[in-house]
Amino acid sequence: MLITCPYCGPRDVIEFTYQGDGNRERPDPASQNFEAWNAYVYDRLNPAGDHNEIWQHSGGCRAHLRVVRNTLTHEISSVAFVRGDHGSSARHKAEDKA
Amino acid sequence: MSPRRTDTGGRIDRLKTIRFTFDGVAYTGHAGDTLASALLAKGVTLFGRSFKYHRPRGLLTAGVEEPNALVTVLKGEVREPNIPATMVEIHDGLVAVSQNRFPSLAWDVHAVNQLGGKILSAGFYYKTFMGPVIGPLKGTRFWMFCEHFIRRAAGLGSAGSAKDPARYERMNAFCDVLVVGSGPAGLMAAKAAADQGARVMLADLEPRFGGSTNWSAETIDGAPAAEWARRTVTQLEGRDNVRLLPRATVWGYYDNNTLAALERVSDHKEQPARGEPRHRYWAIRARLVVLATGAFERPLVFPGNDRPGVMLAHAAERYANEFGVLPGERIALFTNNDSAYRAAIALKKAGAAIVAIADVRSELSPEMRKLATEAEAEIFAGHAVVATEGGKALSGIKVQRFDMVTGALTGDERSIHADCLLMSGGWSPTIHLASQAGAKAEWNAARQAFLPPKPMQQWPTQHWIGAGAFTGSFSTAEAIAEGRAAGLAAAGGTSTPAALPTVEAVPGDPDPAPVFEIRAKGKSFVDFQHDVTAEDVRLAHREGFVSVEHLKRYTTLGMATDQGKSSNVPGLAIMAEALGKPIPEVGTTRFRPPFAPVSIGSLAAERFGDLKPERLTPMHDWHVANGATMYSAGLWYRPMIYGLSGETIEQAYVREAKATRESAGIVDVSTLGKIAVQGPDAAAFLDRVYTNMFSTLAVGKARYGLMLREDGFAFDDGTTWRLGEQDFLMTTTTANAGKVMQHLEYFLDVIWPDLKVHVTSVTDEWAGAAIGGPKARQILAACVTGTAVDNATLPFMGIVHGQIAGVPVMICRLSFSGEMAFEVYSGAGHGTHVWEALIEAGKPFGLVTYGLEALGTMRIEKGHVTGAEIDGRTTARDLHLDWMLSKKKPFIGSAMMDREGLIASDRLELVGLIALDNRPLNGGAHIVEALDEANPQGSIGHITACCYSPALGKHIALALVEGGKARHGTRAHVSDPLRNRFGPVEIVSNHFYDPEGTRMHG
Repeated sequence: MLITCPYCGPRDVIEFTYQGDGNRERPDPASQNFEAWNAYVYDRLNPAGDHNEIWQHSGGCRAHLRVVRNTLTHEISSVAFVRGDHGSSARHKAEDKA
Repeated sequence: MSPRRTDTGGRIDRLKTIRFTFDGVAYTGHAGDTLASALLAKGVTLFGRSFKYHRPRGLLTAGVEEPNALVTVLKGEVREPNIPATMVEIHDGLVAVSQNRFPSLAWDVHAVNQLGGKILSAGFYYKTFMGPVIGPLKGTRFWMFCEHFIRRAAGLGSAGSAKDPARYERMNAFCDVLVVGSGPAGLMAAKAAADQGARVMLADLEPRFGGSTNWSAETIDGAPAAEWARRTVTQLEGRDNVRLLPRATVWGYYDNNTLAALERVSDHKEQPARGEPRHRYWAIRARLVVLATGAFERPLVFPGNDRPGVMLAHAAERYANEFGVLPGERIALFTNNDSAYRAAIALKKAGAAIVAIADVRSELSPEMRKLATEAEAEIFAGHAVVATEGGKALSGIKVQRFDMVTGALTGDERSIHADCLLMSGGWSPTIHLASQAGAKAEWNAARQAFLPPKPMQQWPTQHWIGAGAFTGSFSTAEAIAEGRAAGLAAAGGTSTPAALPTVEAVPGDPDPAPVFEIRAKGKSFVDFQHDVTAEDVRLAHREGFVSVEHLKRYTTLGMATDQGKSSNVPGLAIMAEALGKPIPEVGTTRFRPPFAPVSIGSLAAERFGDLKPERLTPMHDWHVANGATMYSAGLWYRPMIYGLSGETIEQAYVREAKATRESAGIVDVSTLGKIAVQGPDAAAFLDRVYTNMFSTLAVGKARYGLMLREDGFAFDDGTTWRLGEQDFLMTTTTANAGKVMQHLEYFLDVIWPDLKVHVTSVTDEWAGAAIGGPKARQILAACVTGTAVDNATLPFMGIVHGQIAGVPVMICRLSFSGEMAFEVYSGAGHGTHVWEALIEAGKPFGLVTYGLEALGTMRIEKGHVTGAEIDGRTTARDLHLDWMLSKKKPFIGSAMMDREGLIASDRLELVGLIALDNRPLNGGAHIVEALDEANPQGSIGHITACCYSPALGKHIALALVEGGKARHGTRAHVSDPLRNRFGPVEIVSNHFYDPEGTRMHG
C-alpha cells in the first residue's frame, strides 16, 4: 500500500502506523457518559468500502494523517493532516520545495 | 531399457562433470543439469514415495510444478525438505536425499498402505478417529493419541532442527515495468519497454532465460529459438535501464503493484561468494507489470497415471532438448490435444522409438497424422490409456477404444510395451499472480482453461498487462506479438512499424478435447502430491461437499506444497461432472501467495544476523571490555551480569545484588525512554496523561507517574522530572519508549491540538547511570563538584545540577533498587567518561557494577512492577497502584477504569510468593490451591518474575493471583507441568524487602 503523505510524498505503508478509526469522537474528558466512552473506545465502523482512518507517518514526519481508504481495494482517495494549522504550514513548505 | 543421456544436444556442458550424491550414492552430472535431469540421465526413475499410499513416484514434470520428485537437500547440519528435484541445480558436493520412505526408497514398509487404499479415502482420518463420545479417549483426545502414529506414516520431508547459518537479504527495488517470465513473450515485452527508455526488471524462476525457447524445436528469425532468446538477453544485459533477475520466483502480488520475489542467489553454488546471501527477498514496486508467466501442462487422469515413467509430454521434450536426456527408449504418448505431437517429434529426433500415440480424439488433423508418421508412431485415434504396468518403473500400457462424448470404453484392451508414457491433458495458463491481484479467472470453453480477465476488470491499485501463454495464446508467434505490445503499452509507447520476428513452428491446434479423466478400474490420481484420486473427489461430492472451497479442504486437493499447479483444473472438471454442472459454474479457488514455497529466512532477512539493527548505550564498549555478558532486550544490548571467572549466572547476580545492598552498586540505565515535554501547557498535558498530578510538582523535583490506556488498563510507568516551569523530562520503561512517544504525539496532534506542548524523544541524547546502596551518597560526594549532595540539597526525588570529572551532569535521587540511590545523567557523548569517574570514585567504597539480573532481583525484592506485570491485562488496582489515581481531575483512562469488570474482587492481583520447599521457581508457572500433578487444573494465577533473593535468603517470586491481597499469609502451590515443578508456596505482600522504605529515604 502506498500513502501519499502531504509533507513527505508517496511512501510505503511500512513507514506508517495505523492509529485507528477516524470516525471516533472522544467525549469531553470530564464526561461520565459511559455509553459515549464505550462507543469511543470499542465501537468501530468496519465498512466494506471507503473508511476514514488515522495513520501516523511514524517512519517519516510523524504527523497524523486522515486517510480515506477503500477497505475492499486499498484505494486511497484522500490524505490530509489531522491537525489543520499543521497541515496548512506543511503544505506551504511542500509547495515551496516544488 | 532405461533413460539415458544422449550423445549430443541439450543446453548442458558435457565437458564439465559435477559430482553429487543422492541417497548416499555418488552420481555425476554436467553443468546445466538439474538434480532431476542428472539422475534421470543415470537411469534413476524412482524419486520418492507418495504422501498417503507410499506409492513409488518418478518425475512428472521438469519445472517448478513438480509434485512427485521432492527431495531434502542437506547442507552441513541444515536440511531443507520438499524441494522439487527439478528446481535443484547440481553443484559439486550437493547432497540430496529422498523423502517419506523407510527404511529406503526402493524398499518402503509403509507401501503396505497401498493395499488399504480403499479404506484410506478422502476424510478417512476425520471419520475414523473421531473417537468415542465418553471415556478417557473421548472426542479429539483419541485423535491426538492416534495422530502421533499417523503423522509418522504420512507426510513429506522432515524439517531440521539445526540453526540455519545462511545469510539472507532483503532488497527494495523500483521500476517502470516488471516483466515476470522470460519466455518469448517476456523477452519481447522487456525489450520493447527497454527500447522506450523505461526502467525494466525481468525476473524468471529458472536459471536460464528464454522459457520454452530452451526446449522447443522452433526457429525464430531463422535461428533456433534458444539462440534468438540468448541474443535478446545479451542485448538486454548491456543496457543500464534493465535489471535481469534469473532464479527469481515472483511469488506475491500486493497492493499498489508491490511484488515479492525470492532470488536463489547461491543455492546452486558449492560455496557462496564472500558476503553473498543464500536467498534475496525482493520487494519490487513497479509502475506496471507484464505477466508473461506461461502455462502449465495438465496430466490426464487415468488408472496408474502416477507410475514412475509416466510424465508430461512437454517435460519429456524438455529433458530431451534442454538437458540431452532421453526419459525412455520405447515411448508412448497419450493426449487430448495437438501439443504432445511436438514431443513425439523431439524424442524421435533425440533417438527414442515412439511406439504409440493414443489420442482421445477420433478425428485427427492431417498435420497431426503427418507428425505421427514422421515419428514413426502407431496412431490410436479415439483410444485411451486404461492401465499402466510395471513396479518401480513402467513396463507397458494398455489402451482401449474410447468414446470422447460418453466416456465409454469398448473393445479389447491392447497391451503395448513401453518404458515411458507421455501424457498431455491440455494447458492451464499460470494465472496465479493475476488471481492474487484480485482478478477473477474466466473459463474459456475452447481452450478448456481458466484465462485471466481483460485488464479493465482489474482492481484500481494493481496494474498489469498479460502476454503469451498466460493469456491463453499458446503459439510462439502470438507470444512474440503480445509480448511486444505489452512491453510498449507498459512503457507508454505506441506501436512500432518494425517487423516482428518470424517464427517457424510445428503446426497445432491450441484447443484440446474436453477430456480430463478416463474412468476405468484402478487408482487415477488427480493431485499427485497429496494422493487425491478421482474417486476421492466423487466421494466428497457424494458426502455433500458442493463448494470447490470445501472440496479442496476436505480432500486436500491442491493443498500440498505444489498448491495444485497441475491438479486444480482436472479436479474441478471431475467435481463439475459429478455435480452435473459446467466448469464455470463450479468456479475455481482463488490463488494466494506464495506462488511457490518461500524460505522463512528470506522473509526475516533484516531481523537476523548482521543485518539486524542494534542499539548500544554510550557505555557499551566499557561493559564488554569489563567482562559483562550482554543480553539482547528488544533492539538494545544490556549487561546481564559482570561475571567473575568461574561464577554461574546466579552466583554473579547474587554477589552483585548483595554488594549493592551492603555497600553500593552502579548500573547503566541509558536505555530508559526519555521524552522532553516542553511548552506553556506541558504541566496541564501531563496532568491529562498521568493518573496523578504533575502541575503541582515543584521545579527541581521528580515524581513517579503512571499512565493508563483509554480503556482503563495500566500502560506504562516512570519518573518525570520538572526541570523548569515549562520543561519536563519524562522517563518511560525501556520497552515502551516508542509506544509512549506515539501515545503522546497522538493526543497532541489528534485530540488536543489546542495544547501548546512539544514532545521530543531524547532517549539517545542522555547517558544514564543509577548508583545505589548505603555508600552511594559518599561516592557522589567524592566526585561531584558544583553542588552538594547532602539530604538538604538533594532530598528524595530532588534534582541537582553539577559536574563530574569536568562534565555537566544532572542528578536525581530516586530508587528502583530500594536503596538510597541516584540517577546520574550526562550528555551521551560523555557517558563513558562520567561512568569511569563514578567507578573510580567508588573504588574505596566497594562499588560494584551490576547488570539486568541483579536489577531484576532487587526490584522483585522491592515488589516494583515492570512490563511483566503491566502486561496489558492489569489495572492500577490490580498492581496496588490505586493510590496514584487522582480524584481531582480526569485523565486518560479515568472514565473507563471503574467498569464493573475492572474492579471485581476476583481479579488477578499482584502478590509475592515464597517457595516453601526452598527450590527455584519458574516464570509463567501456575498457582493452584490444591496440587494435582497428574491432572493439573484450577489455576488461580501465575508467576510473572522470580529470583533467588540474597536479601531474604529465599527463592521468591512476584505473581498475579485471584483476589491476591486477601490471600496474604495463606499457602498455595506452584503447578508447572511443562517443567515438572510442583511445590508449596506462601502468598505474601509484593513488598518483600524494607516495605517502609527506610533505606531509600535514608
